[in-house]
Amino acid sequence: MKLNTGIKQNTDANVALKQKRDMNPIDSDKLFYAIVYLVAIIGFIITLYPFIYILAVSFSNSHSVYRGEVFLWPVNPTIAGYRQVFKQKGLWTAYGNTIFYTVVGTIFNMAATTIAAYPLSRRQFFVRRFFNFFIAFTMYFSGGLIPTYLLITNLGFYNSRWVMIIPSLLSTYNVMVCRSAFSNIPDEVIESAEIEGANDWQIFYSIAVRLITPTLAVLTLYYAVGHWNNFFTALLYLSDNRLIPIQVLLRRVLIQSSSELMGGDIASDDKAAVSIQIRYVTIVIATLPILAIYPFLQKYFVRGIMLGAVKG
Amino acid sequence: MFLPIFVYYVIFRYVPMTGLIIAFKDFKPGGGIYHGKWVGLKWFIQFFESPYAYRVIRNTVLISLYSLIFGFPVPIFFAICITEIKNMKFRRIVQTASYLPHFISTVVVVGMIHMFFSMSNGIVNTIIAKLGGESINFLINPKWFRTLYVGSGIWQHFGFNSIIYIATITGIDPSMYEVAKIDGITKFKEVIYITIPLIAPTIIILFILQLGNIMNVGFEKVFLMYSPAIYETADVISTYVYRKGIEGSSYSFGTAIGFFNSVINFAFVYIANRISRAITQTSLW
Repeated sequence: MKLNTGIKQNTDANVALKQKRDMNPIDSDKLFYAIVYLVAIIGFIITLYPFIYILAVSFSNSHSVYRGEVFLWPVNPTIAGYRQVFKQKGLWTAYGNTIFYTVVGTIFNMAATTIAAYPLSRRQFFVRRFFNFFIAFTMYFSGGLIPTYLLITNLGFYNSRWVMIIPSLLSTYNVMVCRSAFSNIPDEVIESAEIEGANDWQIFYSIAVRLITPTLAVLTLYYAVGHWNNFFTALLYLSDNRLIPIQVLLRRVLIQSSSELMGGDIASDDKAAVSIQIRYVTIVIATLPILAIYPFLQKYFVRGIMLGAVKG
Repeated sequence: MFLPIFVYYVIFRYVPMTGLIIAFKDFKPGGGIYHGKWVGLKWFIQFFESPYAYRVIRNTVLISLYSLIFGFPVPIFFAICITEIKNMKFRRIVQTASYLPHFISTVVVVGMIHMFFSMSNGIVNTIIAKLGGESINFLINPKWFRTLYVGSGIWQHFGFNSIIYIATITGIDPSMYEVAKIDGITKFKEVIYITIPLIAPTIIILFILQLGNIMNVGFEKVFLMYSPAIYETADVISTYVYRKGIEGSSYSFGTAIGFFNSVINFAFVYIANRISRAITQTSLW
């Protein structure tokens, strides 16, 4: 705070000096707010427009898309694109896999994260300092891509569903966030439960975990989004089409221009047009769950970054 | 109950670290990590003598540097503007929208880049054509890679990265501004002399921490964006390790480059932390 008062005095002096050669303060403030609102509106349009455009294309006639007529609103609206994509079995397989990885993975993540974080937060845990260092070190140094790859393939995880769940069981950063939430629980709460005769598991499960539910909600959300968006693990370890998550399929369709979601029943002169539209439809389908839950859970997403900030 | 966690860390985090010794050995697939002939620094020398060493290190540093120079100020500027908006409903809508892209997967973001900037029917080239300009082949022109990478990165993360600044600004004691108002200070000066100095510590910490990550460009986005035509500007250390080590099965060579990168990263983060602690009394450790 010492720093602040210093700055303020400095400010006063500067203001007094400069005020004379400034424009009328009222005009200046008008300009200020004009800039503020302009920035807000531009920011708003820039973030939302791509999504609106994608939606518009996905519901438009594929030839109108091909001719570049769509900008903001569906042209000759149709759901033909969606019908075409929904018919493809590959999409449903990948979608189902992603849901499996997200649900099961997140449950495992949360169980492991709380179990790891709780002892690290309790002062009675005799090797606490050592283990704090032991796990924190892995945030800054790792074996790197290839030793990890060799280990995981040697453990027999190649083309196994569990590769999407077990190696990424814990995010050390999330363990740290969870640990600091646990350590805010006063010792007296734990002690009085002990006097009541509760054992460690009961205290952990029915008291500690319940007291930090808001933090756990945030972590659940972050783990779940991480699983939903996970591409890299699948790229490295899954080549079996029956196991791939939606992100791998998306890469093939969006970036490598694969026609696997097109179906074979399209007249050849329509192909170019349809293939473009299929990509937009696929984006909508793959992103829909996140877009759908996002407005409702927005405050938890945001709280997440603040949890991290408090730690520092 | 901590035992399984301990086992997990040993197997999945510490065992790979011991695997780093293959950077100094001639590892053959199927031969076992701890067997094989010692070759000393052979792989490191091979890397630094190849023309790719300079290229991938330069690309890594330039991508981080451009992201830092162009990307770092945007969330600060946005946060300052957004907190000046008095209409809370409007402000909340803009804020909510701005965080959204952060949660979209990298595959989708790169897919969007591919579609929007495509030569044949991308909306960007459609607009350029309507305005009477020449179509640009953004995706296979090495000159455009960094612009697209950095630009899309700003688009995706500026809103989310502004959260921390918005929180800091809304935490400023309102009496600071009230005093200023009595003094008849203009809004511009309020920002320059009150808001910015008060969020400066946050800015400095985040800047230093980002500087510490300068040799650390994520694999995923570059991998999804690049193609052989633009390796010249796009290939970074992590993608090179992947291509050589995993696609090319040169495990020892790839491990050596990865090891070099991890050590440099660790050193940078360590130095950044020391500086941050010295200047602001705040650090990761």
